[in-house]
Amino acid sequence: MAAYVLACHGVRVLLLEAGRDYDPVSETPMFQLPADAPLRAAGTADKPFGFYDATVDGGWRVPGEPYTSAEGVNFMWWRSRMLGGRTNHWGRISLRMGPYDFKPRSRDGLGFDWPMTYEDLAPWYDRTEAFAGVYGSNEGLENTPDSSDGILQPAPAPRAYERLAGKTCDGLGIPVIPAHLAILTEPQDADRLSRMLWPNNETARRVTYDSMRSRAACYWATPCGRGCSIKANFQSTTVCLPPAQATGNLTTITDAMVREVTIDARGRATGVHYIDKKLRADRHASAPVVVLAASACESARILLNSRSSLFPDGLANGSGLVGKYVMDTVGAGVSGQIPALEYLPRHAEEGASAMHMYMPWWLYGEQAAGHLDFARGYHIEFGGGQRMPGYGAFSGIEPLTEGAYGQRFKEECRRYYGSFMYFDGRGEMIPNEDCYCEIDPEVVDQWGIPVLRFHWKWSDHELNQALHMQQTFAGIIEEMGGRVLSTVQTDGARAILAPGQIIHEVGGVRMGERPDDSVLNQYSQSWEVPNLFVMDGGPFVSNADKNPTLSIMAIAWRSSEYLVDQLRQGTL
Amino acid sequence: MPDHDREPERAPDHGREPDAAEGLTRRRALQVLAAGAAGAAAISAGACADGTESGVPGAGDATGFSGATSGGNPRAAGTPTDPDMVSPIIWWDLVLTEDELATLAALCDVIIPEDEHSPGAAALGAHAFIDEWVSAPYDGNREDLTRIRGGLVWLDIESSGRFGGRFTELTLDQKHAVCDDICWVENAAPEYQSAARFFDRVRDLTSTAFWTTAEGMADLGFVGNRPMPSFDGPPPEVLERLGLA
Repeated sequence: MAAYVLACHGVRVLLLEAGRDYDPVSETPMFQLPADAPLRAAGTADKPFGFYDATVDGGWRVPGEPYTSAEGVNFMWWRSRMLGGRTNHWGRISLRMGPYDFKPRSRDGLGFDWPMTYEDLAPWYDRTEAFAGVYGSNEGLENTPDSSDGILQPAPAPRAYERLAGKTCDGLGIPVIPAHLAILTEPQDADRLSRMLWPNNETARRVTYDSMRSRAACYWATPCGRGCSIKANFQSTTVCLPPAQATGNLTTITDAMVREVTIDARGRATGVHYIDKKLRADRHASAPVVVLAASACESARILLNSRSSLFPDGLANGSGLVGKYVMDTVGAGVSGQIPALEYLPRHAEEGASAMHMYMPWWLYGEQAAGHLDFARGYHIEFGGGQRMPGYGAFSGIEPLTEGAYGQRFKEECRRYYGSFMYFDGRGEMIPNEDCYCEIDPEVVDQWGIPVLRFHWKWSDHELNQALHMQQTFAGIIEEMGGRVLSTVQTDGARAILAPGQIIHEVGGVRMGERPDDSVLNQYSQSWEVPNLFVMDGGPFVSNADKNPTLSIMAIAWRSSEYLVDQLRQGTL
Repeated sequence: MPDHDREPERAPDHGREPDAAEGLTRRRALQVLAAGAAGAAAISAGACADGTESGVPGAGDATGFSGATSGGNPRAAGTPTDPDMVSPIIWWDLVLTEDELATLAALCDVIIPEDEHSPGAAALGAHAFIDEWVSAPYDGNREDLTRIRGGLVWLDIESSGRFGGRFTELTLDQKHAVCDDICWVENAAPEYQSAARFFDRVRDLTSTAFWTTAEGMADLGFVGNRPMPSFDGPPPEVLERLGLA
């Protein structure tokens, strides 16, 4: 995102990517069936989200690039080594943080406040949504912001099971509204949007216009996680990088693993050292400004590995906060079987691949009144329906079918097809000092770069929230007349998914009001090294239940504009 | 507990090169696939051209996919963590013997037999898929190899003991008599517990093998994996059935 904004402003950008070149237009396996892949496309240690997942040399482990965890900690760190990184396979869920989410400490005394307000970021959310293409609707709900008029793409029609859940949830007082996802439901209005985004910049307007025109709307088939050869969904490789390239201001070097930011005698950044992976050789790139956007923990790793006499504890780490207050999202789920959906007439339910509807957090009042034993909210992501059968189709239904095999098993599969649903909670984690990463003094990766060691401890807020999720979801399934198939836990530590598993790790390079209490200012600029910025999830101060990618992009856009202003003023 | 509709399915760890005969068959099958993908992309291009005025992807996609037929994706390293997804290969040896495969094929057909709507599981290669599965060099697959090999031996011993022949030689009623004792872990007698777990695993794998083919999807009536001009939500008869009309 930063590369796009900076290149559009005429800044010459060198983009260093730790993985290989990757082109979704020619590489995406759009229509391949599971039967066309090894192991029916099942997930393996090599491809954890399945054979067709748009992740290269990544997943929970990267070949030759380990990380470690403190004893008793099972932090899971998802990485990928490809141009565009994790934006190629992500869930595309694009929810804005709301006014409460920027000032959590002021509201309930826990965690920390951001050095900006919702109103500060709202215009950049508008720009980011307009640029990326986000479908959804404006519902005017508490702490669930509306977008400005003319920004959102139309929300897709709800599917049968989404409407059925909606009816049930109405009765339970849980709102079910159109989800916001970075997927085009209609072609972008390239003329209007490019003028809106770049009113006084002809080059930026033209490259943005051309890029938008090259994207097709969703054709309501195939899973987004594979990537999208028609560019209907957001990947930085199809949306950010092509227009940046078209400005003529972007140079990209792939297979370039950055290990250290270099500085001069005054403590200003002068560039980076990186490993040319193909030649296994160290290289240096010089630049007047360095922007790290390597993913939250990877950026913290680079800073911690950039030690010097001026910065003995790592670059820009005078506060001692680099690597600290890492957060993930609280995740817990329940699946069930809904008899009402059995033998339902067959019809197209793939839609935009991911969810069309979701449930935003709805118990703000209960929480404020002290009726809940956890401080922050969660939203519900749910799914089901008549999807393409994949690996594991009808596995484990023995308890439902009482051991059926033969003709009866075949009939039972036809009966149960499309009748399973799952509900997943995605909740806010409150940052705490026990969740951090540091350099493991004993381990380096195959490039000789010291690796991260993770520490983690949930608080009761997260554990209790996970229990509340499971109980709520079981209640919804039962209210729908369904059978709960998951074990609903009574111990929060069993209900909650592993830290890192939701792949929403943020923080570690947080922004703040003061240099002694944060690494960056509100424009993602280092307090100590003014020509050093961090524009990934690292600057996050809190981690609201809203999936972070949209906010990462909006903050990066705002910060990039500030960077350009500073360049023009000559302060960098 | 399985999340039936979720994407990530866990299977586990790692290893080498394909059996000549099987590998060849596989490669031939995949050429057909690549051609199919090119065709589908061409269709999508047409569908999009209807909805958009600009020169949206289309032709480029078709070219990209058809390029696959002549050598796959040049960017992919072709390693287990960066496989060529357009022209995939099985990169490990298949280990089951002819006899084991014959027994497995017979069992797969008992689990999912042919009927008026679709073929039996063996005709769609369920036993070959299970061979591919148990031969794979990942931890969970290795565990399945032991369980399934052991179960196949047990099946023949049990068949001989009861009916004087290998499982493949039994009548359908005789096969059912054996399977009835092992088809449900919860109800299986103590002496059949391990066999019941074997059967359950084969049923799961057979089910995956069968329903993930085009024929299996047609049997279920799956509607999708092809470009649609619009998404209109559920048809009226569905809404009526659900009381949402």
